[in-house]
Amino acid sequence: MSGRFTIDGKIVAFTEGQTIIQAALAAGVYIPHLCYHPEFKPHGSCKLCTVKVDGRHTASCTMLAQADMVVESNTPALNDERRTLTQMLFVEGNHFCPSCEKSGDCKLQATAYELGMMSAHYDHFFPKRPVDASHPDVLLDFNRCILCSLCVRASRDVDRKNAFALCGRGIHTHLIVNAKSGRLADTDVTLQDKAVHVCPVGVFLRKDKGFNVPIGRRVFDLKPISAYVDASAAIEKE
Amino acid sequence: MTATPDPVAAAVAAAVEHYRGDPNYILQMLREIQEACDWITPEAIDGLQRALLLPRTKIEGVAGFYAHLYTRPHGRYRVLFSDNITDRMLGNLELLEYMCKQLWVERGKTSEEGLVSIDTASCTGMCDQGPALLVNNYAITHVTRQRVDEMCELIRNKVALADWPGEYFRVEDNVRRKDILLGSDCAPGAALRAALPRGPEALLQEIKASKLRGRGGAGFATGLKWEACRNAEGRAHYVVCNADEGEPGTFKDRVLLASYADLVFEGMTLCAFVIGAGRGMLYLRGEYRHLLDRLNAVLERRRRDHLLGANILGRPGFDFDIEIHLGAGAYICGEESALIESLEGKRGTPRNRPPFPVTHGYLDQPTVVNNVETFAASCLVAQGGGARYAGIGTAESTGTKILSVSGDCARPGLYEYAYGVSVGEVLAACGASEVQAVQVSGPSGVCLAAAEFGRRIAFEDVPTAGALMVFDHSRDMFEVARNFVHFFAHESCGFCTPCRVGTSLLRNLMDKLRNGHGSPYDFAEIERLNGILQSMSHCGLGHTACNPVLDTIAKFRPAYERRLQQKEFVPAFDLDWALEPARQMTGRDDAGAHFDTAPGEER
Repeated sequence: MSGRFTIDGKIVAFTEGQTIIQAALAAGVYIPHLCYHPEFKPHGSCKLCTVKVDGRHTASCTMLAQADMVVESNTPALNDERRTLTQMLFVEGNHFCPSCEKSGDCKLQATAYELGMMSAHYDHFFPKRPVDASHPDVLLDFNRCILCSLCVRASRDVDRKNAFALCGRGIHTHLIVNAKSGRLADTDVTLQDKAVHVCPVGVFLRKDKGFNVPIGRRVFDLKPISAYVDASAAIEKE
Repeated sequence: MTATPDPVAAAVAAAVEHYRGDPNYILQMLREIQEACDWITPEAIDGLQRALLLPRTKIEGVAGFYAHLYTRPHGRYRVLFSDNITDRMLGNLELLEYMCKQLWVERGKTSEEGLVSIDTASCTGMCDQGPALLVNNYAITHVTRQRVDEMCELIRNKVALADWPGEYFRVEDNVRRKDILLGSDCAPGAALRAALPRGPEALLQEIKASKLRGRGGAGFATGLKWEACRNAEGRAHYVVCNADEGEPGTFKDRVLLASYADLVFEGMTLCAFVIGAGRGMLYLRGEYRHLLDRLNAVLERRRRDHLLGANILGRPGFDFDIEIHLGAGAYICGEESALIESLEGKRGTPRNRPPFPVTHGYLDQPTVVNNVETFAASCLVAQGGGARYAGIGTAESTGTKILSVSGDCARPGLYEYAYGVSVGEVLAACGASEVQAVQVSGPSGVCLAAAEFGRRIAFEDVPTAGALMVFDHSRDMFEVARNFVHFFAHESCGFCTPCRVGTSLLRNLMDKLRNGHGSPYDFAEIERLNGILQSMSHCGLGHTACNPVLDTIAKFRPAYERRLQQKEFVPAFDLDWALEPARQMTGRDDAGAHFDTAPGEER
């Protein structure tokens, strides 16, 4: 089965089994998203990709496209809600964009720009999230983690290592690594792992290489995130 | 070769053996290991990892999700004071502080010698006999200063919990009004004997004819659910009883399981008969640990009586058995898809839906999940017929509802009424006077003011999972809402952004108002957050987390306006509060250790 539906009035074709976001991105319609990645089973947790389907809010990464759906996405009200979610992600972690090696290659930052986020709005939580510098090649900076679970999925489904998982609950949810010591050095993670490259923010940093591409010439410096058909692929190439 | 027996290794081996090394039971194994070892040590996780061939991340992720599982030492005695608003009204926090002082331990920390930890827990379902607490997950009710003194003595003397006075652990049923369910004389097996000869299709028709609806609050038609599951294809079908009674103020399932367990298990068996299930699971909240052995004894008796097991009541091929899973402190597991995740030994995060459990439930197979009371009520339908049942109650809400009444009233406990009873009638029956407000169906439900006491308990008017908390005129409805907001922030599973962060932001804003820093600006922020939670959250927890605030703002606005002491925006940050850690470290609390603070400041 395939068919068409409309998104903000534009007609979008889909094939059976496609979600709204898959069909939309394929048709060149950008829907903001962070935990969605074209290569992985959808998670549905960041809620940035929420759209209105026939008047009801729903995550477009988990909702299957159906013929004749009327989808609203790029509306002031929805973008306002998405901006608030983005601000929430900024205040629950510690995001120091100006000094971050991922600045310009970060989907959170790029999405914030896209949505016109001018400030964090809420009081910062300033959580204590020590970095893990134990691994010879990879630095883990948990301050940036937005709990999208992409590294969890990549390590489980592609690398077959189960090197990462979410632990804790609620606002205390956090990323853990597969080692009794809790240190990345004591896992079998290598620089070649998909998990190391899939992070939409800046949790995984290569140790031997920094600021290779100068700020100003990075992925989202060149064009806004909405102009990329596959923003994930663009930052993973870097 | 001789080896000194290693208690952790022994506990791991016993737990793994108990559950036949099945990784779906990892939560049950962790719980049993903690019961034996007081906490889940890194070596216990090593052992589980080796025995189950699971990644460590998986085991730690599960252990870290449940509030009552500990991967760090929490002492030999782990005391958790129930912190529902009804416990607060009975002085739980004063008792907690008193106990901390007596035992020289800081709230939330473990005492230096590793003996005891004291903290709060979400409502433990003892609101009719509070203040209540849990020690190592066993409930103690009617806590008084004297009882705290006695407990401290027992703890100091390291008396094993099994040797503590039995009266501490007495949990009363407090059944105040019986109707067809609580007054039922349905003997074990009677409903099955009535239903089996007529066949599963006929029983399904009776259930549909009864118009029975789910008692967990959502009110989905039970007959339709059973039918959809019966018609769904799968390797196996499952019956799940949701006894994760976590909604603050609700305790009817506790009583049904304590004194009417046969009705519940029989209802599950009836459902199995209809949908063709071979296995049933009852998910019991960890706070009801005290019921586990009794329930297992009832199951054992029912097996002996051929009401469970192979060829039930001699009917060839009708094989069904029930097992009990215990939760470990997670309100979210009352949400059916989170409950199924938890049954599968995972973190209790709600699934993306559709698909729904009737087609893709436990192990992705067709599964009926119903509330304890729904299963019990299905026995009455099987025995007395659907038409008779449908004649009770109202047009949209047939039968009766058990209400858990607590708060400011003379006779807290269970009240069973036919649907359609007015809130006022219940208030009169329980001896409540000077009533300012009633919170129906817990924090996720609705707050009614006096003008609304004529409204009726029914799906077409005020639907409820069963809680009815009464607040008289002496109560501050802002504090009631603040307690509920803290509850939701504590119980958010953390999966989706709006609920994970939004419930914490809401909590911070309510605390800011309480601290005298509130302005109309903050009031607008609260209303905005409520909108985000409602529209963007992943599941019902987030959708309803703002209900108590919205309701109390609408109906008790003066309680908020009193808090808006500032005309212009004031930061939540407070210099004097920032000194608190320094005061704690130095043990000082004199005037010199404080800044002069704004009027109305409370510490």
